[in-house]
Amino acid sequence: MNKTVNQKAWFFVIPVFVLVAFNAIIPLMTVVNYAFQETFGNNVFMWEGTRWFKQIMLSERFHASLGRQFLFTFIILFIQIPLGIAIALTMPKEGIGVPVCLVLMSMPLLIPWNVVGAMWNIFALPDIGFLGHSLNALGFDYNFTQQIGDAWFTTILMDVWHWTSLVVLLSYAGLRSIQPAYYQAAEIDGASRWAIFTKIELPKMKKVLTIAILLRFMDSFMIYTEPFVLTGGGPGNATAFLSIDLVKMALGQFDLGPAAAMSLIYFFIVLLVCWVFYTLMMRNEEKS
Amino acid sequence: MAKVTLKGLSHSYLKTQSSDADWAIRGVDIDWNDGGAYALLGPSGCGKTTLLNIISGLITPTKGDILFDDKVISGLNPVERNIAQIFQFPVIYDTMTVYDNLAFPLRNRKIPEEEIKVKVHEIAEMLELSSTLNNRASGLTADGKQKISLGRGLVRSDVNAIMFDEPLTVIDPHLKWILRSKLKELHQKINRTMIYVTHDQTEALTFADQVVVMHEGQIVQTGTPVDLFEKPKHTFVGYFIGSPGMNVLPCQIKGNDVIVNGKKIETHQEIKKNNFNKTEVGVRPEFISFSNEGIPVKVLSVSNTGRHKIVDTESETGKIKIIAKSNEDIPSGSGFLKFKKEYTYTYGDSWIIE
Repeated sequence: MNKTVNQKAWFFVIPVFVLVAFNAIIPLMTVVNYAFQETFGNNVFMWEGTRWFKQIMLSERFHASLGRQFLFTFIILFIQIPLGIAIALTMPKEGIGVPVCLVLMSMPLLIPWNVVGAMWNIFALPDIGFLGHSLNALGFDYNFTQQIGDAWFTTILMDVWHWTSLVVLLSYAGLRSIQPAYYQAAEIDGASRWAIFTKIELPKMKKVLTIAILLRFMDSFMIYTEPFVLTGGGPGNATAFLSIDLVKMALGQFDLGPAAAMSLIYFFIVLLVCWVFYTLMMRNEEKS
Repeated sequence: MAKVTLKGLSHSYLKTQSSDADWAIRGVDIDWNDGGAYALLGPSGCGKTTLLNIISGLITPTKGDILFDDKVISGLNPVERNIAQIFQFPVIYDTMTVYDNLAFPLRNRKIPEEEIKVKVHEIAEMLELSSTLNNRASGLTADGKQKISLGRGLVRSDVNAIMFDEPLTVIDPHLKWILRSKLKELHQKINRTMIYVTHDQTEALTFADQVVVMHEGQIVQTGTPVDLFEKPKHTFVGYFIGSPGMNVLPCQIKGNDVIVNGKKIETHQEIKKNNFNKTEVGVRPEFISFSNEGIPVKVLSVSNTGRHKIVDTESETGKIKIIAKSNEDIPSGSGFLKFKKEYTYTYGDSWIIE
């Protein structure tokens, strides 16, 4: 068989290439450009080599925000994943309850992020907010604008409210795709409810849960809008997660070089964690 | 091990039923002996899986009773009924090894680990799974997985019945043969009541001593494979079993005479009554031959399968298929057909006239 060789087909790739160049490659390269140079504006650049990278890697401020970021991400994953699975397990499997639950579950996901922040800000205000006022009325000394613990509590509660639904919807989809024969076989084998969960449901949900954990990791690790509107990173720097800190450095202090270096480091951390996590999950898959 | 009896069983998936069509199964009575091999045969949607799930306790019937050894067990759950069921798709516990999969039903019943070990090795030996016992079950091929499902049913030595719900659907054709003979062999070895649901006549006829043919939720005939072939009690059995199926032609009954296409033909039965809306004559292609006189037909086509010839002909009231020997001469154009009297039956409203 003779295949016609026609390299002209490559021209069809051009539109995609241009698009990707404009929305990903060029901006990223600009950041790379800034990360290795110093500028005072007017398009004057001076070569700095790896100075900004060293500075960021050794900076206590970066360590602190990175630590806060990991702590926040782990806490919300720790709450949202089990909670999401638990809710998905209790959701109805047929009847009118299904669409009702699905719509209710999707609602938080449809609200714009800064609206979520603003909503929770007002909701949690210690004097007039429903949550803040109620907590204080119940005798708790609650003020998220001044107390670190309260600020964290509110931020985490907000994120759980906003994003648990995503885990619920993915888990629910995973659960619904399990063939009824599995449950019937388990029933005949005399399996307990717990055995059904650990031996059938969890293994069958593995793929959607991998996706859920990855998405929640990435989104929470890059969180900006909601805590920015809710606490503005405060009190002090208590809720200044990586993105908030980065924006402060880039736009607040106009330290473009260090901010660019931090962006790249930030980007590589996300990439690395996702890659390690995904590879581990998939290697397990291959073994089986 | 137990004798399985079904009494007046009907089931509907609807809350209220107005016509026969609303019932998934209706008026089913069955007596299955302890240790027998039975098949439920019928096309998709005839209610055979529903019936099986009712016996295993996964579905509660709308009406009727299920008895194991003459004791009513209708209210018991699958565990209490102590049955095993093998499903259409292999059901395995992905994260467990083959050994753990086979041990699972026993562990759930709190049987001592040493006893489990003996039992699992015995079953693995029987199913030729011994070499894979320590592998992850999810790595096996479809037939290996189906063997595990089967093994989980067999490890419990006290099960009342083992049920199969089209267990060979996802198995490659050449492995089907092997697994099917394995099943037959197992049945002879362990001698437990086995109920096999399928829409494949070959599977049913080779596996079972007794085949129950279902059609639109009803049992149309129960019998040995030979009975079903030689004396179909319902026209449906006639064309569902056999390849090609039975020829069914409209006929008139005048007195004691059966008339097809204006010709009087002889049938197996004596006609005693004639109060049907529809009367038909049924005869299998195997029992028709060309002759000098009889029913005139036009020969449409002849296909040679190697072992025999299948001849398509057309009579005045419908097509007739004939199976002829591969060396037989087939008249071209037109000819006359003769039906073998012993295997020609008259049907009134689709049921055999007796």
